[in-house]
Amino acid sequence: MRHRLLPLVWTLAFLLLAVMLSIAVGSVFIPPSDLWLLLTGNISGSLPEPLATYALIIVSIRLPRTVMVALTGAALGTSGAAYQGLFRNPLADPYLIGVASGAGLGAVIAMSIQWPYSFWGLMAIPMAAFLAGLLTVFIVYSLARVGRTVPTTNLILAGVAFGSFATALTSFLMLRSSGEIRRALGWLLGGASQSGWMPVLGILPYLIIGLSILLLSGHALNLLQFGDEQAHQLGLPVTRAKTIILVAASLATAAAVAFAGIIGFVGLIVPHVMRMWFGGDYRRLIPLSMVGGAAFLLVADVLARVVLAPQEIPLGIITALAGAPFFLWVLRRSKNQGYW
Amino acid sequence: MLRIENLSVSYGARRVLHHVSLTVENGELLALIGPNGAGKSTLVRAVSGVVPAQSGSARKNGTNLLTVPASERARIISVVPQVASLPPAFTVWETVLLGRTPYLNFLGQVSAADEGIARQSLQRVDALDLIDRRVGELSGGEQQRVLLARALAQSTPILLLDEPTSHLDLHHQVGLLELVRTLAHHDGLAVLIALHDLNLAARYADRIALMVDGRVRALGMPNEVLRPELISEAYHLPVQVIPNPLDGSPLVLPNSSQK
Repeated sequence: MRHRLLPLVWTLAFLLLAVMLSIAVGSVFIPPSDLWLLLTGNISGSLPEPLATYALIIVSIRLPRTVMVALTGAALGTSGAAYQGLFRNPLADPYLIGVASGAGLGAVIAMSIQWPYSFWGLMAIPMAAFLAGLLTVFIVYSLARVGRTVPTTNLILAGVAFGSFATALTSFLMLRSSGEIRRALGWLLGGASQSGWMPVLGILPYLIIGLSILLLSGHALNLLQFGDEQAHQLGLPVTRAKTIILVAASLATAAAVAFAGIIGFVGLIVPHVMRMWFGGDYRRLIPLSMVGGAAFLLVADVLARVVLAPQEIPLGIITALAGAPFFLWVLRRSKNQGYW
Repeated sequence: MLRIENLSVSYGARRVLHHVSLTVENGELLALIGPNGAGKSTLVRAVSGVVPAQSGSARKNGTNLLTVPASERARIISVVPQVASLPPAFTVWETVLLGRTPYLNFLGQVSAADEGIARQSLQRVDALDLIDRRVGELSGGEQQRVLLARALAQSTPILLLDEPTSHLDLHHQVGLLELVRTLAHHDGLAVLIALHDLNLAARYADRIALMVDGRVRALGMPNEVLRPELISEAYHLPVQVIPNPLDGSPLVLPNSSQK
């Protein structure tokens, strides 16, 4: 039992470190000693400077951002692992069946409308992205369906085709529109541009539902690795299980995309790294990818804040720039070559 | 006892099984033979609920296996598939434990009793020494034994095998069929096995069903079904049948199709 939980303990420790880093680092550096004081000391009453300022920065800026980034990373890592298992394809990632392209289209359509500068005006774009992402999954799933079954190849092909269509429409809309292009581009490249606690509350319900279902799907995913037919003969209601996992993973992905844009690579490499290090049992891989995804994206976000400070680099650029070499390094070093 | 009645299956507009009726008794090894495309695999897939049937039933006692939920069916029927691509990263132990799925909750938590049954199943197919190996490293014969162990771990009264010997060498073919025959005669399982090799069927099966074009063309003891005129017609190939010098079972020898 200890041996089985050890990988999770390691990744959780890494996540904790990443959270600390994410809270401490930014335009104002909060020394670890002060952070410790704030964590342990009584917060009630008046705080001496600079602790009071630090507390304000942490509660209203750093903490919501940290939670947001961690949730996004967790969603991408987990749904990436689920998609890879569902499609039995090592190249699958959360965006494979067009969720991201659909969500991107929804966001750009929303941006082309001049919303009033109010709460609902600000929420309109992520909401549109989320709805469009879910709608995409629904359309792709219906298109791929043959009778009672949904063959994996059909699903991937329909997803890729619909994704290209949505991407083309997005580019067209961006060419036609004027003022909001920069904002749209920034969003598409992946940036946690919204701040404060409101976006966190907005994405939480979808994430909790999606991720909880995926956490319970490990055994079903293990069975599906033997193919639909054998999984069925071993007693799994295959079509229902696949549909539930697909919807849950897409829910999590759409929520992440809606609020943080398109952040490539996390959903692809985090599950692979976890698989190489800790094996392919999905009952372990899903929670490990969740924690690992959160930690990885937090570190990337810290880099995005400090590398060209005070300017911020879009997160998607960092994840690919730092993620690709890291992934290749793990791939080369892995003695576990037959891991997939 | 497995009672298949009037089973018809179509793929799209093409009907591949026409009103097939067969009964496999407990303790009996029934071999399905027939040329490619005769419907042997389709019969196995239909009875195990993988492809929907247009009409007919497959019953165990009163239960129609075609209409029960997958998990209930998996407690009555287990299937040994052809060795296809197994996920290479799984260990033998993980693979065999999955055979307990119909008795587990959706989280797949196994009890000590489940582990005991999985271990016994591995022992039964003489594969206990492979327990920590990954299935991707195993030979075809070893993989087939592991798949049989997984089916045994399902603890079902009915066992279906879909051409399990097609990737095995002679030694492993004989080993597997002897084991399967023991499972029928000694453990009382009702065993239905699709086989390509007529002579293996003749030697190990209690009864043989010859399928042609989705219909049962002949059904009976090996020497009743493996008759030259029946086989020649089914396979479009002139054959001779002589008694096997070892045990007197029929031995089918193809003549050259070129005169």
